[in-house]
Amino acid sequence: MRSLRQAPVLLEVRNLNTDFLTPGEAPAHALADINFTLREGEVLGIVGESGCGKTTLMLSLMRLLPANGRITSGKVNFMNTDLLSLSEREMGDVRWKNVAMIFQGAMNALNPVHTVGRQIAEAIIQHNYITDQKLVTDRVVELLELVGIGAERKDQYPHQYSGGMRQRAMIAMALACNPQVVIADEPTTALDVMIQAQILELLAKLRDKLGLSILFVTHDLGVVAEMCDTVLVMYGGVTAEYADVDTIFNTPQHPYTQELLRAFPDLTRPTEKLVSIPGYPPRLNALPPGCRFAPRCPHVFERCHGERPSLHPLNGRHFASCHLVESESTISPETSKFPGKSGEK
Amino acid sequence: MSETTVGATSLSGFWRSFRRSRMGLVGLFMLVTVILMAVFAPYIAPYDPKEVIRVTIDDIYAPPSAAHWLGTDDAGRDVLSNFIYGSRVSLIVGFFASFISIFIGSVVGIVAGFYGGRAENVLMRFTDIMLVIPDLPLAVVIVALTKPSLWNIIFVIGALGWTGSARLVRSQTLAVKQRKFVLRARSIGAGNAHIIRYHIFPMVLPLIVVNTVLVISLAILNESTLSFLGLSDPTALSWGQMLNFAFTRGAMSARAWWALVMPGLGIVWAVLACTLLGQGLEQVLNPRLETHYLAVGAQMVARPGMEAQV
Amino acid sequence: MNQQQPIIEVKNLRKLFPVQKTTLWDKEEKFVHAVDDVSFVLHHGEVLALVGESGCGKSTLALTLMNLETPTEGQIFFEGKDVTHLSGKALQTMRRHIQMVFQDPYESLNPTMTIGDIVAEPLVVHRLAPNQQERDARVVQALEDAGLKPASNFMHRYPHELSGGQRQRVVIAGALVLEPKVLLADEPVSMLDVSIRAEILNLLASLRETRGISVLFITHDLGTVAYFADRIAVMYLGRIVELGETLAVLERPLHPYTKALLSVMPVPNPRLRRERIILQGETPNPINLPRGCRFHPRCPVAQPHCQETDPAWREIEPRHFAACHEV
Repeated sequence: MRSLRQAPVLLEVRNLNTDFLTPGEAPAHALADINFTLREGEVLGIVGESGCGKTTLMLSLMRLLPANGRITSGKVNFMNTDLLSLSEREMGDVRWKNVAMIFQGAMNALNPVHTVGRQIAEAIIQHNYITDQKLVTDRVVELLELVGIGAERKDQYPHQYSGGMRQRAMIAMALACNPQVVIADEPTTALDVMIQAQILELLAKLRDKLGLSILFVTHDLGVVAEMCDTVLVMYGGVTAEYADVDTIFNTPQHPYTQELLRAFPDLTRPTEKLVSIPGYPPRLNALPPGCRFAPRCPHVFERCHGERPSLHPLNGRHFASCHLVESESTISPETSKFPGKSGEK
Repeated sequence: MSETTVGATSLSGFWRSFRRSRMGLVGLFMLVTVILMAVFAPYIAPYDPKEVIRVTIDDIYAPPSAAHWLGTDDAGRDVLSNFIYGSRVSLIVGFFASFISIFIGSVVGIVAGFYGGRAENVLMRFTDIMLVIPDLPLAVVIVALTKPSLWNIIFVIGALGWTGSARLVRSQTLAVKQRKFVLRARSIGAGNAHIIRYHIFPMVLPLIVVNTVLVISLAILNESTLSFLGLSDPTALSWGQMLNFAFTRGAMSARAWWALVMPGLGIVWAVLACTLLGQGLEQVLNPRLETHYLAVGAQMVARPGMEAQV
Repeated sequence: MNQQQPIIEVKNLRKLFPVQKTTLWDKEEKFVHAVDDVSFVLHHGEVLALVGESGCGKSTLALTLMNLETPTEGQIFFEGKDVTHLSGKALQTMRRHIQMVFQDPYESLNPTMTIGDIVAEPLVVHRLAPNQQERDARVVQALEDAGLKPASNFMHRYPHELSGGQRQRVVIAGALVLEPKVLLADEPVSMLDVSIRAEILNLLASLRETRGISVLFITHDLGTVAYFADRIAVMYLGRIVELGETLAVLERPLHPYTKALLSVMPVPNPRLRRERIILQGETPNPINLPRGCRFHPRCPVAQPHCQETDPAWREIEPRHFAACHEV
């Protein structure tokens, strides 16, 4: 396990809440009280199924929500600056220079009428990162080679690239201005297993070489186990569980995490029957009043239906939002600090 | 039940979506007014245009007065009554001609799109030829060669106006043909007729409906043009015909603006009504979500008590 | 497992698609070798998993088996009878025996039809159950067998009102209503959430017991099918490169491609340390196939002679086959 405890904190998200507005209806609470920390060099996996809010969370961090999205409360501290308090212009500076994103369905995020090289250069020029034309071209070539694409391909068009190569091009584009944090939104979901392995290998290599921190959004628990240091499990817009990867897989406390692990196939134990979770994820405009997982939880009891559990610390580095967990906890309030709070010794 | 519907699967759902489009509602209102005017013409019009009257020189191109709210035309007839009755002709020609166009266009489009191959080639090349030939001169020639009657006009406009629909329907058919539920129908063992009837047609129908409304407006315009050029049935007094008479019979020199403006307005009203209604319908069937990130800007962060920007 | 003759037998099946000529001067006719000499059998009541990455031809193989694509060469036998080139009435009758479950539950259902109509459609097409009551009864039975209970809740709803998992059940119900003997499931759960995949998979597995249906399960994700498949076939570039019983293939893979695939499939266990054989590059174009063994350009153990001759299909251990020189 790589040692991350002493690494400086880059991103701190506190009580983030995001709503989606629909005319004539009550706002849909897409995100409720999301808390997490990202340190330098850390890969945080954000896991959940459709509708859990993981993409909304990423878009909220980048302030790129669709027109009807509103961040209603919380703080997003990037190196001691609250990103939510910045003006549009300042946020535009932060985007790509400090925090870059590899979008879902990256294969379709490339403009088909411009060469790939030009699209990468666009990011560089937009941020005035480099102004000399020759240096820009050099940088583009450097980026392409960094992701394993030959320099000669910079003048090709996206349709001349294969799926895996397009994904690499998207990664190159994200790295154009040397960001500290990269948000990868389901970067390998649409790819074949072998290409996925190549891309994951590439991301791990880049993490080590460039000291990147990565927010890795996925629904694939296998990929999480391979790539991530810490894991944030989301359900229905809230954090179900948040801990380091070993804890999540070996001693999960939240019923959703436990059930999700049982639903996920493990090729090393092929005869184990897969178990599904009855029901389906909640619709954001029809959220249950109490715990959002209550309708499907095998351990549900009375309190779950009325009261939404808050994120409860289990031992300083492990958090779960479940009433069951709360009642068994022996941590007293003063010692339950958030992991990695800056200044903590 | 969630409000999200793909297209409209129920009449009330359809109405609710349609209601949100202001343009559509305006267009619908405008069209309904014209239709009502045409239907109830005998009750609304102050005078009967077919009535035989005796006129004196003062009655010709008389300006608007209490007796004739919109004045009189070159034959001393009440412009308002002509206008009201004229809507009937314009609408009848518009509707019937467009139905012919839509029918031909839809059949050509579906057959070409679904069967592909040689059928498609032949049909689309024929469509291209028809598209290339300028409609108006051809219409003029055909009508000039045959006797000018309302039915001839309807057939001519209908027979020349189907090409746009054909292309539209064909491309929609092609798109629907690719969809997985058509493949599923085939895998069940469904034949071509079944697939066209139960899968292709219901998916193409909304588009045809929207297109029909627009084609109606084109047909009305075409009819007006042909009448204006004097090629229509002189006994059927449509708005275009009114314009024709006004122009050729000295309304300009008599400064009788009422004889020109009214029919012109009528045409504009009807065409605008159809266009707006078509927009509204399209909005229902092809809803576009507003997702412009840049449009929202700083408002995206809506925290209470936020300070002014740094 | 029955020892009778297999329900489906495929012999040397080929499906080639001609490539559009880009210029008038292209003399050579080029083909996409989507399915290139595939042979296998499907036994009664068996679940055979067909695994491969995109472009390997597995979906084309399924469509060809259903006769939704006409085979270029080779033969398909259903219960011993040659059904390769059926058409018309005979083909329609065949359709009742082999049904397909598709990948995309959001696209497989016509949004303008009710669930009841969708499931009844096969009956209408084949003119079975001519009166409404009988039709409804069969539809209800199919819906309930697919796990949608009570069926009356669903009959009059539209697809967009149902979740992905429910829609997929509707597709399965539509396939079951004709009481087929074989189901071809083409990636039936890859577009569903992880937490609901298992129920669909368990449903397909149970059909074996309840209805004696044989299942050909096509997927790129071996994990979803490993626990209930009887045998696994691995496809690469239009050919089957390995075939054997599930545990044999998973624990003792023979073909280098299978070994590589198994080594890189993510496993939800952070403590697992294993050697990953990550093949470089991408699957080559099925138009210009490499000479000799088609896997040799990416094979980690390729030898010079692999470029020359196509490896033969051999039984390496009992009931475990592979096509490789180096095994």
